[in-house]
Amino acid sequence: MSALLEIRGLGKSFPGVVALEGVDFTVRAGEIHALLGENGAGKSTLIKVLTGVYPPDRGEMHLAGARIQAAAPQEAERLGISTVYQEINLIRSMTVAENITLGRQPRRFGLIDWRAVRRRAREALDRLEIDCPVDAELGTLSVAVQQMVAIARALDCRAQLLILDEPTASLDEREVGELFGRLRRLRGEGLGIVFVTHFLDQVYALTDRITVLRNGRLVGDYATATLPRLDLVANMLGRSIGAAEAEARPEQTPPPARPNVVLAARGLGRRGSVSGINLALRAGEVAGLAGLLGSGRTETARLLFGIDRADQGEVEVGGQRAVLTHPRAAVRLGLAFCSENRKDEGILPNLSVRENLILALQGKRGVARPLARAAQEALADHYIKALRIKTPGAEVPIRNLSGGNQQKVLLARWLATQPQAIILDEPTRGIDIGAKQEIEELIARLRDDGLAVLFISSEIEEIVRNCGRAVVLRERRPAGEAVGVDLNGRHLMHLMAGTNEGGQP
Amino acid sequence: MSGRKFLHSDGALVLWPVAGIAVLLVLNLCLSPHFLVLTLQSGHLYGGPVDILSEGSRSCLVALGMTLVIATGGVDLSVGSVMAMAGGAAALAIAQGHASLAGAMACALGVGLAGGALNGLLVAYAGIQPIVATLVLMVAGRGISQLITGGQVIAFQNAGAEYLGTGFIFGLPFSAVLVVGLYALTQIGLRRTAAGLFVEAVGDNETASRFAGLSAARVKFLAYVFCGACAGLAGLLEVANIRSADPYRAGENMELNAIFAVVVGGTALSGGRFLLFGSLAGALLLQTLTATMYNLGVPPAIAPVPKALVIVAVCVAQAGPIRRWLSRCLQRRAA
Repeated sequence: MSALLEIRGLGKSFPGVVALEGVDFTVRAGEIHALLGENGAGKSTLIKVLTGVYPPDRGEMHLAGARIQAAAPQEAERLGISTVYQEINLIRSMTVAENITLGRQPRRFGLIDWRAVRRRAREALDRLEIDCPVDAELGTLSVAVQQMVAIARALDCRAQLLILDEPTASLDEREVGELFGRLRRLRGEGLGIVFVTHFLDQVYALTDRITVLRNGRLVGDYATATLPRLDLVANMLGRSIGAAEAEARPEQTPPPARPNVVLAARGLGRRGSVSGINLALRAGEVAGLAGLLGSGRTETARLLFGIDRADQGEVEVGGQRAVLTHPRAAVRLGLAFCSENRKDEGILPNLSVRENLILALQGKRGVARPLARAAQEALADHYIKALRIKTPGAEVPIRNLSGGNQQKVLLARWLATQPQAIILDEPTRGIDIGAKQEIEELIARLRDDGLAVLFISSEIEEIVRNCGRAVVLRERRPAGEAVGVDLNGRHLMHLMAGTNEGGQP
Repeated sequence: MSGRKFLHSDGALVLWPVAGIAVLLVLNLCLSPHFLVLTLQSGHLYGGPVDILSEGSRSCLVALGMTLVIATGGVDLSVGSVMAMAGGAAALAIAQGHASLAGAMACALGVGLAGGALNGLLVAYAGIQPIVATLVLMVAGRGISQLITGGQVIAFQNAGAEYLGTGFIFGLPFSAVLVVGLYALTQIGLRRTAAGLFVEAVGDNETASRFAGLSAARVKFLAYVFCGACAGLAGLLEVANIRSADPYRAGENMELNAIFAVVVGGTALSGGRFLLFGSLAGALLLQTLTATMYNLGVPPAIAPVPKALVIVAVCVAQAGPIRRWLSRCLQRRAA
């Protein structure tokens, strides 16, 4: 097998961020190649450079032996590199045939030759053995078929290299199986396929080789058959397994004997999201929720807080069955949730620190019982001091604060409501080391004060350091729980990877 | 707050429409001074500025409601049509002798509330984009108002209604006093409860507000209802002013005037922080401009041109880069 795509020493920086540095990437004709990595690893930047969305800063790219430098996505397509993005980039109100040929319709006398359009679409669909009418409106078809149409479109332009960015995210098991069958056939025809996914089972079921990126650098290029699952996870997370074992856990005060379960979930799930989530969060403990990217951590938090509505299982708050239809219901019951997406789901950028801070408490009190201005200022001053929020004052717009201080304001927003349980989704993401430590200390203090904390993190060290026990999710299902001596990096990684501690899967 | 600090705050945006009004008044004073003369006749104040207040009362009222809708990140294009419907319904009630003035007011307010509730449902609960959702009533409302009036201009005689449109209280036009009163009530209702905070929060970041436990949909719904009620009252003032309801012309272009007044008054179209007083000043700026055109004898056909120039000037003065440049100039002067 020859190298179809060869990338050497690729580098790409954005202002303030090095997205890719010295990355090599080789895909052979007739192979399915997994491109893996956690958030911020550089997968999407690599794909965007490859498809001409961004120009590279350094490095060379060769396709079938010829040096390439795509300056635009259309040019990449002309060179034979086709991409199918996670969100289907097709036009729902057009027919299948129009979608497949859009932008490159065969013409006759300057007009679109509709007979040829339909014929070409038929050929493209037949190649994938998709049985759907070419005149059907795309929006009327199932998501799985739309996905296939997107692939058919990608193949219509004589692609040599097909890039699939999380193609299975919205497919069910049977549809995934059908997709894999078609991809294997394309591999047999000599196509090179790059497959980006979060599902490790799918990586092992389908791919021939794996390239792992981390923090914009190449970790390695492996044959799928010879890379144990646990090593793959260790590579993605950037830890050696030996080091994980040596990890010492700080002493934690044992929680009082059998305190009350504040927040419990039984068999909680939602179609297309997570399923079978069991949790029992007790007062005065920090429980971790761990898992790889895409394992369903945030989805679980959204179900627990009523942002998404569960269609399976039940939630109990303080021993009472709770129907969580809206975050407001969760707040009234004494729950709190700090989103990992601070900018879009946390701060009100143009409002002041004070207003951001009192928002949840005021929401809980309702419109007719306003907090007096003096009380608001007292609250703001109290939390600015207690959490050491660095701000020129309480009346400054929160957007002027650093990420860590914004996060503290959001924590204060919830603490002001005196919750029974708080869900923290990646509370230390994107903030500097000093603030990170302060937030971790604060979490310990809150635990000692009797608050129940659900701590969601993608970093194993953080889970081990901060939590009394941890639930691990894998592929949107619970994979196990680690308590006491089992709460160590090695055991967590095994749970994340879905391997047995003793040996191979 | 020190003067310097105020200049850099959001509140300073109010200065521009106020300054615009001042410039126009000075212009009038120079070119045609009789315009500004105030006279007291039988305890009633008359004169150019008084006319501006009474004529501008409808725009002020609509701008009040529009401010809240824009603050939630939306827009209401249907206010003009709602005025026509509400005015038509009120005029019909009076002309057919079914209702007293109070009944007519209830009619107008009811139509306004219903229109606002429809907009609110479409935007907040059906998730339709505000421009599209309110366009429905903007177009359909004209038809409905013709239906109400039978396609005719309805003229009526009613002492109470006339007082509403042209009467005086405390020596001032009743409509102007009404606007001031409603402005004060709105201000209290928003700032003495948490409603103002909720509106600004939803407009600034709807998702974050929802995640913080606010009912974002309800906040938006109520903003449209309030806006509809304001438009309904404005419709009543309009028919009372001319003692007839014109289904075609009532509230014509009112949506654009109100949006302009709100934006010039310092509330961003993207939502969030709002300045009620700014919107009133913006509406009065437009009215002053119109009055100035009459006063200086500019033919109606070309009046839009100087009007457009003033509007462009105010908008440019408020634009972010220009403001920063101006404040740099001021600092250099001070240093």
